[in-house]
Amino acid sequence: MPVIDIHKCNNCGLCIGVCRCQILVMIDNKVTVELKEECHDCQVWCAQCEIVCPTGALSCPFDVIVEESLIENS
Amino acid sequence: MAVKIELFKSLPHFQGLGSDDLESIQKLIFEKFYDRNEIILYEGEDSDALYFIADGVVKAFKTSNDGKEQILYINRPGDSLNDIPAFDRGPNPVSAQAMGPVSLYGIRIRDMENLLNEYPRIAYNVIYVISNRARHFVSLIEDLSFKHVIGRVAKILLEYIKDESVAKPRLTQQDMAAMAGTAREVIGRSLKSLEDEGLIRLERQRVVLKDEEALKELAGVES
Repeated sequence: MPVIDIHKCNNCGLCIGVCRCQILVMIDNKVTVELKEECHDCQVWCAQCEIVCPTGALSCPFDVIVEESLIENS
Repeated sequence: MAVKIELFKSLPHFQGLGSDDLESIQKLIFEKFYDRNEIILYEGEDSDALYFIADGVVKAFKTSNDGKEQILYINRPGDSLNDIPAFDRGPNPVSAQAMGPVSLYGIRIRDMENLLNEYPRIAYNVIYVISNRARHFVSLIEDLSFKHVIGRVAKILLEYIKDESVAKPRLTQQDMAAMAGTAREVIGRSLKSLEDEGLIRLERQRVVLKDEEALKELAGVES
């Protein structure tokens, strides 16, 4: 899920234009993340918003795990 | 056509011109619209106009023979898209694709050439813009010794999993770019490359390391 640093965000909305899932929206002139029901099951890696943001306000944090740990935990 | 006046005034090519001059130049501008993923320019084709981005984001990229894409530039509102083919009259050195809905301002090359003769200030501005772009490409060439960047990215991923501190923050591409000394888009491309090679898998909010040994070899780290 994208994380917005409100101190850096200038609400230019460039991220909204590139968001394929359309979860980035403008509400009251502020860029906001609005998750949908289907986001819960989504496995898509995109992070386009992070790349296009001119101020670095948007980031898509991720964990790094080793595949073996998935097998063990399951 | 309603040209966004403030954006037009802020275009680097037209900096330092008076209102009357800008008004007469504005009449030469036309507008074009593109949907997400639409190709705006094809590598190898000729350009008949110089384009500026009015709204949206456009990526400039090259595609290798085996279909790999390398983003060279992310263009945002106010950026020009194709100075090089517009002024050297050669074919487009890159392709350009809309990353979302895009609107462009365009000016025919013959009109632009007339403006360069009429307004020396514009010629000076164009030199500045092209010099700036050349500087960016020099930096990118340095980064695009691809093996080095991918090796650094592999190392960052391996070091992250070694860190067993409880409160370690999640990584972002911005973090990795800063750590690797490169641009965000190069990190994105490197991660995709590692995935294509089967070393990692990219999932929502996580990167899964599939082949630690191969990553260590890439990173130049001992097993």
